Parts: sequence; structure tokens; C-alpha cells
Amino acid sequence: MLKIGNLEVKIEGKKVLAGLNLEIKDGEVVAVMGPNGSGKSTLAYTLAGKYPNTGKILWNKNDISDLKPEERAHLGIFLANQSPVAIPGLSVNRFLWNLYKVRKVESPKSLGVMEFRKWIEKKVENLGIGGELLKRGLNDGFSGGERKKMEILQMLVLEPKLVILDEIDSGLDVDALKRVTQVVVDEVKNRKMAVLVITHYSRILKYLKPDRVAILKAGKIERTGGWELTEEIERDGYEK
Amino acid sequence: MAMKNKAYVFRAKKGLDQGVVEQISAKKQEPEWMRDFRLRAYKIFLEKPMPTWGADLSGINFEEIYYYLKPNEKVERSWDDLPKEIRDTYDKIGIPEAEKKYLGGVKAQYESEVVYGSLKKSLEKKGIIFCGMDEALLKYPEMVKRYFGTIIPSGDNKFAALNSAVWSGGSFIYVPKNIKVGLPLQAYFRINSANMGQFERTLIIVDERAEVHYVEGCSAPIYSDDSLHAAVVEVVVKKGGKCRYTTIQNWSTNVYNLVTKRAWVEENGLMEWVDGNLGSKVTMKYPAVVLAGEGARGEILSMAVAGKGQNLDNGGKCIHLKPNTTSRITAKSISMKGGRSSYRGLIQISPGAKNARSKVMCDALILDGKSRSDTYPTNKVLESEAIVEHEATVSKIGEEQLFYLRSRGFSPKEAETMIVNGFMEPIVKELPMEYAVELNRLIGLQMEGSLG
Repeated sequence: MLKIGNLEVKIEGKKVLAGLNLEIKDGEVVAVMGPNGSGKSTLAYTLAGKYPNTGKILWNKNDISDLKPEERAHLGIFLANQSPVAIPGLSVNRFLWNLYKVRKVESPKSLGVMEFRKWIEKKVENLGIGGELLKRGLNDGFSGGERKKMEILQMLVLEPKLVILDEIDSGLDVDALKRVTQVVVDEVKNRKMAVLVITHYSRILKYLKPDRVAILKAGKIERTGGWELTEEIERDGYEK
Repeated sequence: MAMKNKAYVFRAKKGLDQGVVEQISAKKQEPEWMRDFRLRAYKIFLEKPMPTWGADLSGINFEEIYYYLKPNEKVERSWDDLPKEIRDTYDKIGIPEAEKKYLGGVKAQYESEVVYGSLKKSLEKKGIIFCGMDEALLKYPEMVKRYFGTIIPSGDNKFAALNSAVWSGGSFIYVPKNIKVGLPLQAYFRINSANMGQFERTLIIVDERAEVHYVEGCSAPIYSDDSLHAAVVEVVVKKGGKCRYTTIQNWSTNVYNLVTKRAWVEENGLMEWVDGNLGSKVTMKYPAVVLAGEGARGEILSMAVAGKGQNLDNGGKCIHLKPNTTSRITAKSISMKGGRSSYRGLIQISPGAKNARSKVMCDALILDGKSRSDTYPTNKVLESEAIVEHEATVSKIGEEQLFYLRSRGFSPKEAETMIVNGFMEPIVKELPMEYAVELNRLIGLQMEGSLG
């Protein structure tokens, strides 16, 4: 369970998150929506360990505020980035195998290289990723959509307990969005994975069906509600 | 320390004079023309000033060097016949093991002389010659005389002159017409004594439509005194022939590595230099291709990993003499822990070399604020119907890349290694698998503790 209390983050002297509170239980899907500049991506990065913070980030009752990014990953926290960077020359195949070896899960299946390859092939098909992409450098020359699918593929390898989807829908067409969200929904159902969806638009939420929707404004959660909140935003925008 | 090295049967006195040059020639019982060649070269060496346009060479003390050290009486055909100390050295490096698995032939040079030589029977039967340069001079004098010093004349530069005066060892390869050598031929050069100069001389002749892949490795233990390695490598690729020359240079960081390498490529021939530089205190090496026949091609892959106290000045030269010739230089360097790497290159398109095309790509990766990378490209385009392209990038390992990999659970060091290996991948993938694995391991070793 994730419990964020009075979270504050300053970037270059400017307070971007200003006393944010949020709770996500295992198997829950929570959406955070907000206008540009409200601090959405900062929230995502802070949870993954990029920026120092004050306040509390409790993950299964332990404050992880001082943990390094890799330590958070080992605790099962995964960030699907809005714009993942490229690592030229690092082949996706090799990278995924490295990921598989570095991950820390409770009951690891220990596949050999060949079994792992086969397992990946299935997932790749589900996500609609072209097989030749696996031979290329990670995200190197990938389209926006390909990068997003690659994030989700990594999520499947790591089997995190909490996934943060930062604007995962941008760059994905409707069919791709359906595939990607279905994969996420399955993980929630099968493994009680918790999901924090960070998004500007409500489009993705039709597929992910969040348990709660929170509106982020000026670094704080302004309102929390159910599905009806997204319809209101759709109709009136954030400015109301 | 010096007395520890008893593994020699003859050693010339320290320092260089005409007497030493004559002594080397006499010891080798060379024909007179070679003795004269050496003496002329020695004069040129004395006349030429030290080059000052590149790395700092002021630390070389020519008086403190042993120019000739003969470790064994003859070239052995079996590893078991070598003195134990020498055999153990190669065992540690893994050469006999590699020979069994995937090599067509091996030459092992220890100090000044080739001490071990082999060539698969099947290759020998096809008329392929692979022997030490000294042996070639005695056995194939006409062929040697015809090519020796013609691609790189003694006057080319001070260190080519020095090599020409005191050369010893190196490989001689001849591949007859239409013969393709499937397995790589390998030479391994080892300097094992302090204050040693190694001056091997290699000549490769690839006849029409023939193919060969030659691989050389180099290493030395570390001593407090510097050693000098000044080799000359001449390659002739005849019409439609193909030669790939791969070097993995891992000298200890007290070796000055000043090497001249040049290939003469005739009509539709192809020369490929794959040049990996990890070791040495100073390296100055710019493998060259002279595209002397229509449609000839040259490819240079240059790689440098410069760590603490190292200055690696690498690159390549492509001289286009004829129409429709193409060349490409891909240079990748990594600088870390205060190391310095430079790309230095020359593209020359001579008048009349119509439709010549050349492309140079240099990428440098700098791992910390103490390290340095420079690019010194020179283009001389004297033909209007030619295309010369140059791309250069310098990058640091991005915070974004590091964070991305760390957020997946990798330590900073693991993340950095993955980024560096990825950067080198375009070159590493050109190496035979065994060397690629070794190279990644060596880069990993160099990077130990590079991240705070």
C-alpha cells in the first residue's frame, strides 16, 4: 500500500508539489488528473526517486523518501515514463534479460535464456510489438508508441507491486491503447498490482476504470471523487 | 628487477648506435640489402625531429631502451618446447587454448623474436604462407624484397625509420590468388622486460580475389620504467582481394605505442582495419588505406578507451587515388578518470578520383569532468566530383539515462557499464565473438571504481 502524506518537492527553488496527500491500496487503480504544470510528472518522478522530498512516502508502512531509485525498484515500484530515453547499442533482448536477472520478486520463476525468450515473444505479441524491435538498441529510433509499449513490456518482466503510468496514452492509437491497458488491467486482477495513472485526458481512464480520480492543481490534490469527476473535467475543463 | 628476466639467449647493449643496428643484422644473418636498408633508415631516424603535433613524447629516453632481446634460439612448433616462463605467459593469456578452438594459425612474439609458430596443414597445402618476418626474409627473399618498405618507406616518420633500422619479428602472410582463409590468423605480441623496445614488422600480401582475417593482440606487465613499441605494418591487397586486420591493444600503461599501419588497395579490393586500443601510456596510431585502384574500398573502425594517465591519439587516413573509391572511418572513444583520447584523421581525394566517397563518424563519450576528448579531422578534397562527409558527436553519460536504468533496479555502476557497452557495440560486434567478450570484460575492468 502506498500512502503519501504532506509531500513537498522543490525543483530549482520552486515548490512544485506543496503538501500532497494520496493513498493507493493493493489492487487499486487511482487516477491523478491535472492541467499542464500542476506537478503530475514531478509526482511520478519523485515516487521513483529522482527528486528529494519532504513529507512522507510510505510504501507498506516504511518511508522510502531516502531510498535510491534502484532500491525503490527492488521494492516493487515501477515508473512507466512519459518519454523514455534511448540507450543506443544496448539491445532490447539483452536489456530485458538483464532486467529479469536484476529484479527482486518474492517467488521468482527462474527461466533459462531460451524459455525467457519464448515468454517474451508471447508478451510482445500481446502488446503488438514488432519482433525486430527486440534486436535494436533500447528505444533507439523508436516511435512514441513503440517506446510506451516497451515500458509496459518492462513492467511485465519486473512484475512490480505498484506501477506509475505517466501519460502512457500519448503516442498510442486506440488499438494500441486497448492492448496496453488490457495488459495492465490483467496484472491488477491477477497480482493485485496497484496503479497510479497520471494523465491529462480521460481517454485512457475509459479502459483502466479507476477506483478513484484525484484532481491535482498547483502541487496539491484539490478534489477526489469517482468516475463522474472525469466527465466533469471533459465537459468543463480544469479551470472551473 | 632486470635480472629477473633470464629468458633470453642474447641481448644487445642498452641504447642505440650504428653498432647495435649492425649487430642485429649480423645476428640475423641477413642479406646485404637488408643491412643497408637498416643503416639508411637509422640515418633518417637520427635526422628526423621528434613529432610534436600530437601526444607528448618527451618522456621517451632512447638511451635507456634495449633494442634487441632474443628470448629463444628458434621458432618452436610446439608450445611444450618453449622455456617454461614463456610458455606460462602465453598459457595465462590463453593463446594455446584459442589456437585449438578457432584459429587457423598462430605466431607468438616474445620481446624481439617470434618464439612460436603454427599454421593449419590444410591452409599450408593451399599455398598460404604465415611465418615470422625474419623467417620470411630467409625463405622468401624475393617476395620480401619486392614489397618490404614500399608501402611505408623509412622516411615516412621518425618511428617508421626507427622500426626500419632495428626491426625484429612480426608476421609475414601471403595468400595466393582466389584463396579464402576461413579461420583468422593470429599473432600475439608480448613485452615482458622493463625498458624494452619492441619493433616488429608485419607484411601481408593478399593476392587477387583472396581473403584473410589477421588478428593481433598485445600485452605487457607493468614496470616502473617505460617501454617502447614502434611497429610497422604494411598490407597489399590486390585486385578483388580482401583483408581484415583486427588489433586488440592492451599494453600496460607504461608503454609508448607508436605504430605506422598502411594498406595499399588495388582495383575493387577491400581493406578493413579494426583497431581497438585499451592500454598503453601513449598511443599514436592512424591506420591508413591508399585506394589505388578503381572501386577500391577502405573501412576503418577505431576504438579507444582512455583511463588514468593515458593519452590515446587514434584515427585513420584514407587516400583516394582513383575513381569510384569509397572509404569510411568510424571512431569511438571513451575517456575516463582523467584519460585523454583524440581522433585524428585525414581524408584525401586526389585529382581525378571522380565519384570518390568518404564518410567519417566520430563519437566520443566522456565519463567525468577530469577527462578529455578532442577531434582533429583534416580533409583535402582536390576533386570536385567527390563526396566527403564528417559527423562528430561528443556526449556525456546523461543523467536521464542513468536515472532510467537505476529506476529499473540497476546500480549506478551497472547502469554506466550498460551505457558504455552500448556505445561501443557498433565496433564490438565486428570482432570475433571471443574477442568481443574479452573486450567487454577489459572495458569493465577499466571502469572499476570510475563512478564515485
